[in-house]
Parts: sequence; C-alpha cells; structure tokens
Amino acid sequence: MNSFQQFFYDLAQTHVKWNFIFFYEPLQFERLLTGLWVTVQLSVVCVILSVIIGLGGAWLQKSPYKAVRYLVQGYIQFFRNTPPLVQLLFFYFALGQFTPTYSPDGWLEIPIISNIGWAIISMSFFAGAFNVEIFRAGIESVPTSTQEASEALGMSHFQTFIYVTMPLAFRVSLPALNNNLVNLIKTTTQAIAIAVPELLYQMVSIYNDYSTAQNAAMVILFFAYIGMVGVLVFGMNRWERQMRIPGYGN
Amino acid sequence: MTNNGWTPDQPLVSIKDVYKSFGELEVLKGVSLDIMQGEVICIIGPSGSGKSTLIRCVNALNTINSGSITVEGQEVHDPGLDKLELRKKVGMVFQQYNLFPHKTALENIMMAPIKVLKQSEGEVEERARKLIKRVNLVGKEDSYPGELSGGQQQRVAIARSLAMNPDVMLFDEVTAALDPETVNEVLLAIKDLAKDGMTCILVTHEMGFAREVADHIYFTDRGIIVEHGPPATFFKEAKDPRTQEFLSQIL
Repeated sequence: MNSFQQFFYDLAQTHVKWNFIFFYEPLQFERLLTGLWVTVQLSVVCVILSVIIGLGGAWLQKSPYKAVRYLVQGYIQFFRNTPPLVQLLFFYFALGQFTPTYSPDGWLEIPIISNIGWAIISMSFFAGAFNVEIFRAGIESVPTSTQEASEALGMSHFQTFIYVTMPLAFRVSLPALNNNLVNLIKTTTQAIAIAVPELLYQMVSIYNDYSTAQNAAMVILFFAYIGMVGVLVFGMNRWERQMRIPGYGN
Repeated sequence: MTNNGWTPDQPLVSIKDVYKSFGELEVLKGVSLDIMQGEVICIIGPSGSGKSTLIRCVNALNTINSGSITVEGQEVHDPGLDKLELRKKVGMVFQQYNLFPHKTALENIMMAPIKVLKQSEGEVEERARKLIKRVNLVGKEDSYPGELSGGQQQRVAIARSLAMNPDVMLFDEVTAALDPETVNEVLLAIKDLAKDGMTCILVTHEMGFAREVADHIYFTDRGIIVEHGPPATFFKEAKDPRTQEFLSQIL
C-alpha cells in the first residue's frame, strides 16, 4: 500500500463514516474508473449526436414541405414535454422488447441494442430536441438580407445554410447550447435506471456493498461532475471566444 | 442555361409588361424596358415606386405575377428556371452591403467562385486580389466587414459580385446607407465599371451621378415608368408633371 492508499485506509479506521474504500482497494478503484470512463463516453457520444440532431432538425424546419416541419415540431414537443427518465424507461423497456436479438453461443438471446445503446439513443434525442430550438433561434437571428446576398451570388439554399447561415447562427446559439450540454452530462446519471455501468451506478453499487463508503461516494460524485462539466464549460467558453468576429456583435 | 438563340444585338435584359403585387399592394403595374449589352441605365423615382422590386425581379429574388423578364434570352420567371445558372450571370449589390460578417474582405470575394463555380482556390485568390486593387482596398484584404467603413464594405460587395464575372450588374440604392463623404468612393468604383463596358442597372437617388454615367434614365412612380430618355434631354426637358415635381424636389 502506498502512502496515498495508506492515508485513506487510516482515515477509514479513525473516521468510520468516511471510508474512501475505492482509494485503497484496487477492485473498488477499478469500479470508480470504469464508471468515470463510461460516463465520459456516454457524455461525449450524446453531446455529438444531440448536436447533429439539432443541426439536422433546424435544417428540416426550414423545409418547404409542411409535413416535414410538423414532424420536427412533433418530435420537439414529445421530447421536450416528457421527463427524460420516462423516455429512457420507455425506450429500454417498451421499444427494447421489439428489437431483434442475436445469439453468439446459440443459447443466450442478446438484443442488438444494449442498455448503453438505448441510453445513448434516448438521451441524444432528448437533448437534440432542445438543440433544434436553440439552433432555430440562432438561425432566426441571421438577417434574411445576408442569406439573400448569398443566394444572389448563385449559392444554393444548402450552401447558404452551411457557409453563411449556420456559422453566424452557431455563434448566437453557443451560450444556450452550452447550458443544454451541461444539462445533458448531468442527465446521463439517469442511465442508472437501466443499469448502465456509469459513474452513479458504480458509486451506488460500492456503497451498497460497503455502507460506510456512502459519504465518501457522494463527495466523489460531486467532485467528478464538477470536474467533467467544468471541462466542458471551459472548452465551450474558449471556443466562443475564438469564434468571436472582430467588429461584429458586442 | 440555353441562350434561346440570343445574340448580343438583342437586349441583354428585356422586361415586358411586368405586374407584381405583394398581397393587396400592387407594386409594378405594367413595366417594360430593354437594356442592351454595355448599357448603363438608372432607375429613379420616389420611395415605394417599385424601383427596388423591379431589379430584384431580374435575378429572381422576387417573383412576378405576369409579364416577362428575359436575361440573354432566357425567361427568368419560368418555374423550371435554374436560378443558380441565372445568378451566375447577374450580379447584385445591395443597399445594406450584406457582406458575410464572419469572413474577411478577401474571403467574402472568394467564397462564391470557389463554392459555386468550383474554381481552384489559387486562381480565385489571384483574381480576388486584383479586384481588391480595382476597388482601391489594398491593405484591407484581411479585415472583417465589421472593421470596415460603410463605403469600404460596399466596395468589397461590388468586388464580391464581380468575382463571379457577371454579364450584368444590379445596384440597389447602393449609396443610400452611406455617409456623404464615402458615397463618392463607391460611385467612382461603379463609374470605373461602366467605363469598362459592364452592363449596369442602377436604382439610385444620386442625380448628378445618374446624369454622368447613365445612357438612359427611367423615372418610375406608383408602379409605372412615367418617363424615360437619355440624361441630356431627360433632366432638361421632362414633360410629365410628376417627373418635373420629383426633379424639382431633388435637384
């Protein structure tokens, strides 16, 4: 045992309610790391997918076809007006029943979409619904005349969207997007409900096994999320500053 | 775009009996005019007389209700028209410049030739730098629109349109939003263009300028062309009382 481990081991002996067991028992430490890693993966994948869904939805909302616009609107209303936890349970337990399965050993039936898969799908669509609205607000801030100038130069609607509208809209959307992505990272904890081995799941498992570790686990949870969200916010703020256009806006 | 047998001795832009309304409001009530290649025409008239709407119809930014507009023989208001092909031939400069604020002056000029004409970046940059020189903005290549004055922005906008090598340029009150001291630099750039034989349709309130560069002047009021003629006779011998009233107020 190194001095770091020794310190927490001694602490647990003298202060029974502060058992940071995962800092001196390798097996528990591994659970903590696994939890962190799964949470990071889940967050990164959901952030990326939700932004793609947001951009796609915002593009479709400009569609000349009413049916397409209604469809996007329906999607937004559904995912924005229902609790994310209910969505998660619905995806996993309701839709999960209908997903095809495969059987590598001819015995066990494994669904092709795992619980992690469902968590990613559910939470990406949840945050994506908000992102569509966030990008739409940004798009509406871009003057029609600027888009007209682009089209007068022979650019297609799509080129105008990609090269003119979106770069300007994105800058306006960033602060709101930042907030929504922070919420998304925190929402990943709800994946515990379908046993995704993310950080909260691991920490709860640890203190279910070692009840003296409860306080310690809570402290670690708080610091871990402050850290992860902090990294996101730091990155987003830097990005926002880098994208600032000289002489434009503020 | 097929040229429908168009030859340079026919009007480059031909507007025939065009009607246009926005809802209940009738903006154009039977406007006709022809512009030959290399010709510069100015459209003048009080606000709300339909001048801007008319030139916006030429590059299909607005649609018309009836009548016909052709550019090099191609009907602009054919529902099957390839708008992108049309817009490669028709350049447009706006009152509010409408530069892309997230791109530098040089990038503003280079964007469309690269994205629309698919020309190589090196070739386009070379041309863009020449255009910057032509509109007298050397040293401002890497400035963003927000860092330029109105007059400078408008000259970038002119260069941006020229980069597409259009056959005709539309100018929609391009000096109306400028400070008086920068109006001249923009007019000089346009004058230079006209001298080089570019076909230009200008909507303007600059009477002195119109007199100097235009081959033909059209006066519009309440959706019709009231009177037209070459500047020499137009300004001296306006016959219609509405033209006389307008000119007396503005000159």
